[in-house]
Amino acid sequence: MSGITNLSRRAALMGLGAGTFILAGGLGLAVGPGALAEDAPKKYGGDAMPGGVKDDPRLFVALAADGTLTILCHRAEMGQGVRTSWAMVIADEMDADWAKVKVDQAPGDEARYGNQNTDGSRSMRHHFQALRRIGAAARQMLAQAAASQWGVPVAEVTVDHHSLVHAASGRRLGFGEVAAAAAALPVPARETLVFKDPAKFRYIGRGDVGLVDGFDITTGRATYGIDVRRDNMLYAVVARPPVHGGKLGHYNVDEALQVPGVLKVVVLNTAPLPSGFLPKGGLAVVAENTWAALKGREKLKVTWEDGPNASYDSAAYRAELEAAARAPGQVVRNVGDVDGALKSAAKHVTAEYYIPHLAQAPMEPPAAAAQVTGDKCEIWGSTQAPQTTRETVAKVLSIPPENVTVHQTLVGGGFGRKSKPDYIAEAALLSRAMDGRPVKLTFTRTDDLHHGFLHTVSVERLEGGLDAKGKPVAWLHRTVAPSIGATFTAGVKHEGASELGMGAVNTPWIVPNLRVENPEAESHTRIGWFRSVSNIPHAFAVQSFVAELAEAAGRDPKDFLLDLIGPARQINPADLSDSWNYNEDPVAYAYDTGRLRGVVERAAREAGWGKPLPKGQGRGIAAHRSFASYAAAVVQVDVDAQGKLTIPRVDIAFDCGPVINPDRVRAQLEGAVTQGVSLATLGEISFKAGQVQQDNFDTYQVTRIEAAPKDIRVHLMPAPKYDAPLGGVGEPGVPPIAPALLNAVFAATGKRIRSLPIRDQLRA
Amino acid sequence: MITFTLNGQAQRFEGDPEMPLLWYLRDVQGLTGTKFGCGEALCGACTVHADGAPIRSCQTTLGDLSGVAVTTIEGLSPDGMHPVQVAWRELNVAQCGYCQAGQIMSAAALLKDTPHPSDEAIDDAMSGNICRCATYPRIRAAIKRAAGEVHRKTASSGSAK
Ligand code: FES
Ligand code: FES
Repeated sequence: MSGITNLSRRAALMGLGAGTFILAGGLGLAVGPGALAEDAPKKYGGDAMPGGVKDDPRLFVALAADGTLTILCHRAEMGQGVRTSWAMVIADEMDADWAKVKVDQAPGDEARYGNQNTDGSRSMRHHFQALRRIGAAARQMLAQAAASQWGVPVAEVTVDHHSLVHAASGRRLGFGEVAAAAAALPVPARETLVFKDPAKFRYIGRGDVGLVDGFDITTGRATYGIDVRRDNMLYAVVARPPVHGGKLGHYNVDEALQVPGVLKVVVLNTAPLPSGFLPKGGLAVVAENTWAALKGREKLKVTWEDGPNASYDSAAYRAELEAAARAPGQVVRNVGDVDGALKSAAKHVTAEYYIPHLAQAPMEPPAAAAQVTGDKCEIWGSTQAPQTTRETVAKVLSIPPENVTVHQTLVGGGFGRKSKPDYIAEAALLSRAMDGRPVKLTFTRTDDLHHGFLHTVSVERLEGGLDAKGKPVAWLHRTVAPSIGATFTAGVKHEGASELGMGAVNTPWIVPNLRVENPEAESHTRIGWFRSVSNIPHAFAVQSFVAELAEAAGRDPKDFLLDLIGPARQINPADLSDSWNYNEDPVAYAYDTGRLRGVVERAAREAGWGKPLPKGQGRGIAAHRSFASYAAAVVQVDVDAQGKLTIPRVDIAFDCGPVINPDRVRAQLEGAVTQGVSLATLGEISFKAGQVQQDNFDTYQVTRIEAAPKDIRVHLMPAPKYDAPLGGVGEPGVPPIAPALLNAVFAATGKRIRSLPIRDQLRA
Repeated sequence: MITFTLNGQAQRFEGDPEMPLLWYLRDVQGLTGTKFGCGEALCGACTVHADGAPIRSCQTTLGDLSGVAVTTIEGLSPDGMHPVQVAWRELNVAQCGYCQAGQIMSAAALLKDTPHPSDEAIDDAMSGNICRCATYPRIRAAIKRAAGEVHRKTASSGSAK
């Protein structure tokens, strides 16, 4: 057993106590000590986030004498283009020259920069106005500096594309020439800021700006967490307990230590359940390179004590969820008398939908490097949540969070997985175990699939009643799914307000009798955020069922959907039993049925809804509001005689309010469409004997180029004024895709698929 | 001892011939542009060129490389101006960017052999490269955009000889 370091129990068992911190996802599933006093006015949006929103230009803007403008971005770049869009807004408000802009990445420091938690589709939603204020303030400071230098009133100075101009005297100064003087000026008060006329925007809303990381990405220079290299660095992989909550039993590491390059095997203790963001524990193999560490891990002899989740079995669990969905459960919204209306309905339609667990599987698996020096720790890693990282690393090392420095790298895909810093805490523990040498910890793909924070699994049961004319008179939805809350708090068996507010309770339907119930479901694995979260199962079930009701009523699904949505109106989400509303103001961010109608009509029109298609083809439609944006998709499918499914075309109409970077909004929607197709056609993580059954991209398949929709058309709704509230962009494209696809399959084949993924259900 | 070239530089390797090229590139040479995505030839993130042909470096050992010329994303062009790289930037193909080195290496190899690939040829050549951000429509468009350019450059360098 030589070479083993047994980390102190204290270090690894310093659990993140349930309810003592605010969840990284900000989904409101746990409330931190900073919860607002009862009489304080309720805050919304970015102001309600830990750390809030900062708009001091001195934090985010640095101008060099040569005119180089360095803009600090404090959000994680994970493919949404935020580093580009963020800088675009500041640069445009400053009237700066994009060619002179450089973007730097802020370290994790929420006290200094404001909230840095990159998820929930809210980077631009929460910061657009603050970024404008930063740019406007910087511009006014530059103008003031030039005015002082010239001895003229500031009102006579105009700003022109990285220069300051005094028209009367024909004088001109570059930004860089007054940079030092401007930096010494006080920051103008918020009320004195004058914003640029949007008609004069060069970058905002135009989107002909190249990605700031484009060159580095296309030349292999871009650095992700997995690419970090430090002097004297070691490489590690961990053998973790295969069952959630299991721990190390007997082990022998002698053979592993014989592998050339392997330096040490380190025991990592297992945190008790609920383990939150804490690592799972196990045996870490530390080596001179990743390959040696991997070979060493193969040579470990380990038995595991599996614990109470060893019986988790997806087939049996599905039956449990179905049983729960067939009996009454906790009522979470109730209008009218659903039972009576169902009894007297001319037609009573019932359907059950199933969506299995999903893994985010970002192409860059979780990876980070750490170096512990005394009571300080430096992290280099790809994380969506630098502050949660600091807190989690601080807990496992028993040091103050201020002693943890997080250097944010590019994130090679996150989709919610990298909101959870378990892998970073592992790297930190291993650096300490290796006497402070830097250690890079890498998840293999199998580690990623086996030790993730999975998307929930759910059964959604819907019942609907139609009157003799085919009008909907009753709607009953039972949603049954283990909650993300259970990952953090013992005994959680119901979906939280945020999960229910993702399309379960908050349907705006014109139906006189409507009830939503949420029966209990116990969690047996780590559930976490997955791009668009509970919107996926809720929208799949709700929007499939709308089409099923339309079929029963003998109506066109698009017309039936529009009738259900009803006339354009603004609904306070609380009136839909949604107390959460993505933490946005229920008035400014009301549920706007006119906007939902708008995207349905646009998608249908653009897709040629109703135009005849060749035999074997069909179109399906679905719409969904999420993250304060509205999306509708029309998917066109082709199913051949053998049951092979192809997707010639998808039209997605999208209304996120003002569009800041249209190119990135389009890119996010293109990606969301195919990710939606991927989960609908192929996505499934399943358990047997408590263990994940999928090991890599052969068994956990994701959509590849040949199966991706051939023609994706993104239709952005005309943007309102730039002071209108912004919706989210990264996630809301996903939810309508699966139901639109399955509705299209029904249109093409008459076959209604209610259980995802489709996989070979269409095969003849 | 194994000798081969890496981005034009002669290499001698005296270690374990079983070591996968991927980890040699990333951990030993510090060429981290070549990515790890699956380790089992399932995702294409680790694609490099061996004598011009696309290979998965996670499934290629150093022992396989005797006398082979290996090119990684860092060596695809001296200045990042390979037509595929340029087209990728012009169309803002990347989202997170993690898969893109592998995509670009597969695309560059495709265009060398098939200057004007059909959609089916693109599917065949690119099917092994997963993009979880699903940038596929732009990958396809960028390949088509680069196609004319690769052809033109090849033709002009051919006639200059
Ligand atoms: S890492 Fe080699 S193909 Fe995935
Ligand atoms: S760009 Fe993110 S995986 Fe391809």
